[in-house]
Amino acid sequence: MTSPPLRRRAHLRSNRLAIALVTPAVVLLLAFTVAPAIYALILSVQQRKVSGGLFGGTTTVEFAGVANYAATLSDPEFWAGISRMLLVAGIGVPATVILAAVFALCLDARGSRLAGVARIAIFIPYAVPGVIASLLWGFLYLPATSPFGDAVDFFGSREIFFSVANIAVWGAVGFNMVILYTAVRGLPSEIYEAAALDGASEFQIALRVKLPMIRPAIVMVSLFSVLGALQLFNEPTTLRPLANAITSSWVPLMKVYNDAFVNNDIHQGAASALIIVALTISATVLVNLIGTRIGGRSR
Amino acid sequence: MNSNTFRRRMAITGTAVVAAALLAGCTPSASAPGSSTAATGGDGSPVSLTFTSWDPHMDTIVKAWNEKNPDIQVKLQSPSENGDELVTKWIAQNKAGDNPDIVKVEYQSLPALIASGAVIDLSEFGDIASAFDDASLAQVKFQDKVYGVPQDFAPMVFFYRKDVFDSLGLSAPKTWDEYAQAARKIHEANPKQYLGTFSAGDPGWFSGLAQQAGGNWWSAKGDTWTVSINDDASKKVADFWSGLVDEGVIKSDPFWSTQWNAEMGDGTLVGWPSGAWAPAQLPTIAAGTEGKWEAAALPAWTAGDTATGIWGGSAMAITTNSKHPAEAAKFVTWLNSSEEALKMQISEIGIYPAATAGRSLPELDTPPAFMSNQKDYYRLIGDVAPSARSFDIWGPDATVTFGAYRDGFASALQNKTPLSAALDSMQKTTVADMKKLGFTVDEK
Repeated sequence: MTSPPLRRRAHLRSNRLAIALVTPAVVLLLAFTVAPAIYALILSVQQRKVSGGLFGGTTTVEFAGVANYAATLSDPEFWAGISRMLLVAGIGVPATVILAAVFALCLDARGSRLAGVARIAIFIPYAVPGVIASLLWGFLYLPATSPFGDAVDFFGSREIFFSVANIAVWGAVGFNMVILYTAVRGLPSEIYEAAALDGASEFQIALRVKLPMIRPAIVMVSLFSVLGALQLFNEPTTLRPLANAITSSWVPLMKVYNDAFVNNDIHQGAASALIIVALTISATVLVNLIGTRIGGRSR
Repeated sequence: MNSNTFRRRMAITGTAVVAAALLAGCTPSASAPGSSTAATGGDGSPVSLTFTSWDPHMDTIVKAWNEKNPDIQVKLQSPSENGDELVTKWIAQNKAGDNPDIVKVEYQSLPALIASGAVIDLSEFGDIASAFDDASLAQVKFQDKVYGVPQDFAPMVFFYRKDVFDSLGLSAPKTWDEYAQAARKIHEANPKQYLGTFSAGDPGWFSGLAQQAGGNWWSAKGDTWTVSINDDASKKVADFWSGLVDEGVIKSDPFWSTQWNAEMGDGTLVGWPSGAWAPAQLPTIAAGTEGKWEAAALPAWTAGDTATGIWGGSAMAITTNSKHPAEAAKFVTWLNSSEEALKMQISEIGIYPAATAGRSLPELDTPPAFMSNQKDYYRLIGDVAPSARSFDIWGPDATVTFGAYRDGFASALQNKTPLSAALDSMQKTTVADMKKLGFTVDEK
């Protein structure tokens, strides 16, 4: 016997609860994402102009239309930066995923010793801030401070991509390993027993049984790694003053920083940033689609 | 998963955009130069001034002022940024009104601060100009307005490891030809040793060398700028170094890097064309080599030519944000032209003063601690100072030029392409930026 008004009241109450729960998130989103994004959008269609005298005593901000966007899109350095970023990603992402999978499977293997210690040791680099990690590695790369001396030119035009990717991989493997390890631990152990009874070695179990079964986790780890690679900034920025190999716009995010805070052109910086956001969102959607297709097949 | 990742991305870009927005300042209004008076703290309560400087031991000198001037208390701040990023920060903060009252500005950055209305004309706060010679004044005085009080003057000289030169029977090179020969000889005698390095990290260094050769990157006539960064003189300098780097007798590690510090300390590098301020920095750059270095006049392009360039040197400027410009002017004038303060600056900081009066102080008879073996160090500086030349003026967007220098020269060194091409890209970038901003540019 529920009368309609009563039900409506209950409905309203739960609505109010929902609103109350959602409000903080919405407020934060509006204040720190939407509002600044709108501000960035406004900045990106403006231009600073000086007038009056040699030093341009008067500064005005004018509407510039798409001029800033056009400038970024027609800048060959911007596209070169994107290809450099992709090159680092091409080295770093597979390396991260493969190493994380190998470590996770090794730790899970029967008879592996000191698994707990090893797990923490592999995870620790993730806790080291990117800038610190880059400095540490930078010192290892520099001939004057490197234990390898000048046997390898880590700042060579080709080597630099591996040097940068290496730092990123070093920092990311531990985190991804934990995700994969958790996935492996979640598998029912009867399957291994069955495989062992069928005569499978520990190595075969890892490769033929465990690996295919954690495919969804591997897909997720790959997605994270790709997204991480698109944000490449700390490592090259920190390595830059150490040698000549890295320019101020070596990767797209460095260009944004350089436009806004070195060249003092916040408008150009905003336009570059929004272009990168657009590219990143498209890349994310694309990678997600691919990921869902691959990951979905195993289900 | 799908929406999660998306949200994460949005959050990340959001933060970046917030940071950008905050740094842009909230009110992009053009600020008029600070109206003169602005009160003496009103009713006798002391005026408090903030002063940003990175000089070691500046605190001692500020303390001396504060003890004598209870009405005008100066608070010293050390910046956490350096170089161009500090200048850009001041330009951004100017709009928000957050700048310190007094800032130490390297000469090459002053026009950028003037162009963005961040510093004020000091002419109305008494006669500042008369304490300085034309060369120093040229760095701060534009169109009859004085935008800063010069602190030090930094003609370029050549620092070299006397012990290494002696052991090879070499003397300080008098010309760049001799420098090249010495570089070859040193590297030949010990393949691990080099006379120097070409630094893509320090545009001020290269522009000093270009000035010596007669380069004049910026000049102004009326309201029109002339930009000629890729002029013949500058290209000559770039080609000279390009040749030595190609030969492999000069290294290409940037200054101020870990690598460079190690090499300066362990004797890999045995020479450094640098500014007069170098002895103050060398204890950290080349630790453990005190007393082994000596300074000589910068090698000349033609024998007997005494011209040199300038690397660095600074002025103290008062920001538009300052509420007490008159008091601030009083302090900076005392700091950089009174005998009392100059004496302290020479012995504590190790500057070669810009003020004419400061150049005959007995404190200059004592060399900086690092150069204790060269008793007449300051006399050498005093001798070369009159023939130091600079550009007519530094461009209003020198930070952009300097960025282009770092990128252009670093890429050229990395890819082993001719260095002079980097000057062309600097010229292009600089002119494009000046035009974009609305300056009148006459391209040469």
